[in-house]
Amino acid sequence: MSAPVLDALEALESESIHIFREVAGEFDRPVILFSGGKDSTLLVHLAVKAFAPAPVPFPLLHVDTGHNYSEVIDFRDSLVARLGLRLEVANVQDWIDDGRLTERPDGTRNPLQTVPLLDSIVEGRYDAVFGGGRRDEERARAKERILSLRDAFGRWDPRSQRPELWNLYNGRHAPGEHVRVFPISNWTELDVWRYIQRENIELPSIYYSHQREVFQRDGMWLAEGPWGGARGTETLELRTVRYRTVGDGSCTGAIESSASTLDEIIAEVTASRLTERGATRADDRLSEAAMEDRKREGYF
Amino acid sequence: MKDLLRFATAGSVDDGKSTLVGRLLYDTKSVLADQIEAVQRASVDKDSPDLSLLVDGLRAEREQGITIDVAYRYFSTPTREFVLADTPGHVQYTRNTVTGASTAELAVLLVDARHGVVEQTRRHAAVLALLRVPRLVLCINKIDLVGYDQAELEAIGKDFAGLARSLGFSDDAVVTIPVSALVGDNVVDRSEHTPWYDGPTLLGHLESVPVTPPEAGAPFRMPVQYVIRPPRGIDARSADAPRSDYRGYAGQVASGTVRPGDEVVVLPGGTRTTVESVDTADGPLDTAGAGRSITILLADDIDISRGDVLASAAQPPTVTNELDATLCWLSDKPLRPGARLLLKHGTRTTQVIVGALGDRLDTDTVAYVDAPQTLTINDIARVSLRTADPLPVDDYADIRATGSFLLIDPPTGNTLAAGLVGSPLTLAP
Repeated sequence: MSAPVLDALEALESESIHIFREVAGEFDRPVILFSGGKDSTLLVHLAVKAFAPAPVPFPLLHVDTGHNYSEVIDFRDSLVARLGLRLEVANVQDWIDDGRLTERPDGTRNPLQTVPLLDSIVEGRYDAVFGGGRRDEERARAKERILSLRDAFGRWDPRSQRPELWNLYNGRHAPGEHVRVFPISNWTELDVWRYIQRENIELPSIYYSHQREVFQRDGMWLAEGPWGGARGTETLELRTVRYRTVGDGSCTGAIESSASTLDEIIAEVTASRLTERGATRADDRLSEAAMEDRKREGYF
Repeated sequence: MKDLLRFATAGSVDDGKSTLVGRLLYDTKSVLADQIEAVQRASVDKDSPDLSLLVDGLRAEREQGITIDVAYRYFSTPTREFVLADTPGHVQYTRNTVTGASTAELAVLLVDARHGVVEQTRRHAAVLALLRVPRLVLCINKIDLVGYDQAELEAIGKDFAGLARSLGFSDDAVVTIPVSALVGDNVVDRSEHTPWYDGPTLLGHLESVPVTPPEAGAPFRMPVQYVIRPPRGIDARSADAPRSDYRGYAGQVASGTVRPGDEVVVLPGGTRTTVESVDTADGPLDTAGAGRSITILLADDIDISRGDVLASAAQPPTVTNELDATLCWLSDKPLRPGARLLLKHGTRTTQVIVGALGDRLDTDTVAYVDAPQTLTINDIARVSLRTADPLPVDDYADIRATGSFLLIDPPTGNTLAAGLVGSPLTLAP
């Protein structure tokens, strides 16, 4: 008698766990990029399952733009404390204060994360950096490997990627180079939500419907914060919203939604006519190849 | 619950593969409004969006109008989720087809109805047969351009069936579907123009084909990835703390099934022991099958580390330093006999010396020809190898996971070749 066939979520979970264990077995200093968003929270959940009952054998790294929602930072800190993990925070503000980075005229700090990320990788001597990127998110990411080599400058060269065969991952790299690892490459947004429901994974409250003062810009609902607020004819109004992605406050929009449970969110995502990045990320709307260009420079 | 089908597409230039993939995504409503708008902006004809633009994602691909690299696409229907490896047809076709096929349970091969089975079809089919993709679908595309001519299309199907048979595919592993990706005939919706065709639509077939991999019924194999040993003394007071002697061997079941009480052998060492428990973070399992990530606890205290393989004691793999294998050479750097490289098999990487080169597969004629002096990119050839560490291997034809390996270039770390133990492509005379 053979074992039952895995369902889609079980198959994806097993694949991700396999990737975590491969990297733990072959690399000296892995680190998980953790923002407190749903994808990186899923990563941490999968890492815990990969090594249970032992603790996760690597730390977390958050590149904090300083433009985060307080609910997300609180969630981040309580998760880290509950799981007994080690968290390093690279504050973009520190790089701005000492002149290594300059604030952009538009106030957006999302692209500014690349330098603190690369500096932190060098400083921590990390050789494997886990990220929550998914291939269904964006067209350049569709071409990304699960283990993806970065040169000493953190650059991604999509034209010279190693072929990735079977589940044999080749993580060899020279000193100074590192490998980005994407354990949830094959998950879709809906898979993530269905798994969060199945596993009862806690998320920051801003993913669920709530009342917030927002203003409209380029078809997105933005909140006021340290990154700025309504300008000119833009006016603040109280709306019932939730966040579909969590990123830098200056360029991450909320969507109008009354979905306050996972069932309602799954129904909403299923029926959505827009991709999560198209709906909520100003940075990806810049050009046809905005993500590819950022990734080439070392972005995650 | 939905299950998951991983499949690959292959076809030559201008067979309309990107359009077919775009059609599958579009007609299964997997493409959302902002993606359609982006495609419409980029299409020459604004009224009928160029569906191939949904697929070609890199700047260079859009600029040159070609697909460079394997791209992964995702869609789902109410009954099944799909992971599609979309492999480009022309540049480095062996490299891309081998990559896409290596994880596929099914491959969709395209031909142009006006041209039928061509050289490129034979090449792709040979690579898919070599990689032992369990199931094949031939889509005869652009049937609108031949006036939906039954005799013509059935002749192509018959031609292909002969090719598939000569490559070792059984008749029930191959399905032929006449489609028009551009118009949508028989992709998701049944065509009015082919009343004589009584088979499934492409999506109908993808939704109903069994997903059980051939490895499910093979003997048990599991390469050990990592040894899980919780630090002693931590949380010892807690009721759910792991026992202090917990020592689990973490891995993903490569083939067969494992359950508590099974007798297993640890290879290459050869020690036999019994499975005490099949553990997961969610608790122990009664049985675990191919593809499941688990942690095995054994009855005896044995020295086991990453790189070892746990296998069925009754039907173990062969442990050897000498491999007869087939290589798909994927690198611009040529291979010469005597080369010293690295070989990655399962979770073990060891040194390897390349011995004599054997017959080369001529993919144009699909026949083995005389041994070459060197292997160059896209070559497929038999080879003998000698490894520093003994490896527990199976014939690739029997168990893909323990019959496959990579060859790696020591100075650059680049992947040079996909290796298959034995000679998995058997050509009918």
